[in-house]
Amino acid sequence: MKWSVLVEVSPRAGISDPEGATVERSLPALGFESVSGVRIGKAIRFEVDAPDATAAESMVSDMCDRFLTNPVIEDARITVEASTVEASTVEASTVEAVG
Amino acid sequence: MNVRVGVVQFPGTNCEFDTADALRLIGVESVQLWHGEATLSGVDAVIVPGGFAHGDYLRPGAIARFSPVMGEIQRHAAEGRPVLGICNGFQVLTEAGLLPGALQKNAGLKFVCQPVELEVASVGHSFGGSMAVGDRLMIPINHFEGNYVCDERTLAELHEHDQVVLRYVDNPNGSLDNIAAVSNKAGNVVGMMPHPERATSLLLGSVDGLAVLGGLVDSAPASV
Repeated sequence: MKWSVLVEVSPRAGISDPEGATVERSLPALGFESVSGVRIGKAIRFEVDAPDATAAESMVSDMCDRFLTNPVIEDARITVEASTVEASTVEASTVEAVG
Repeated sequence: MNVRVGVVQFPGTNCEFDTADALRLIGVESVQLWHGEATLSGVDAVIVPGGFAHGDYLRPGAIARFSPVMGEIQRHAAEGRPVLGICNGFQVLTEAGLLPGALQKNAGLKFVCQPVELEVASVGHSFGGSMAVGDRLMIPINHFEGNYVCDERTLAELHEHDQVVLRYVDNPNGSLDNIAAVSNKAGNVVGMMPHPERATSLLLGSVDGLAVLGGLVDSAPASV
């Protein structure tokens, strides 16, 4: 069956995120004084065919390790849910892939 | 036999002809190697030059790793023959697993484009040539993602095996341990963020890049 995948790529803990830091420093200029911990990454969405959610997650985790992220500097958060047609039958599940 | 150097072209590479010109200045013949061809055309050394291979899509170097020429570069490197990655070429070599660590966005989120002073930290690698540890070089940098990073264990290994090749005297981008260039353990693969091909004439402010390229060429056993 088809699975909708969301891979959120973000800088690993301890890796500097100058883009996030710059946005965080800029927000007070608009009056948002209470924001902290801004991290900027990217989102990758796609669909895969897999027999079940575990198989889909395992496939995506492998993609993250080998291509979608650079494990030296990036972490991925993977969310897999049944594609809209079957959305009512399977609950969304989320795993953390730490490179 | 004269040494021939292959200069790799990806879509988006933009320093390949400057690199060829720089090599010509030291009397070295080069050939351009198109990334889509799985051949190195019998060259003795390979340079992966700067630019934006495949538009830097996903991450700098992430897509270039899959180009047909990369398998041949892996093989060439595994035979102990010299490979030099410059700037984006350094990023490509880290993504390909030929060099340790990674290059992340510069500290301060600044694109830096300026001559920088470098200190030679090791000469036990493929372009040591006439350089000595402690020598100072003036070579320009031109990058947004040149902030070298690796985990603690990798850094300890870099020190243990003398793999830190060049350090910034005044760190311009936040690089760990002021690292501007590293080699693999064997010393035949080197990656550097500074552009030696842009320091080839006193009219450009420095000729120090010629020593770097000359060292690479000296180390390449000419094919018979």
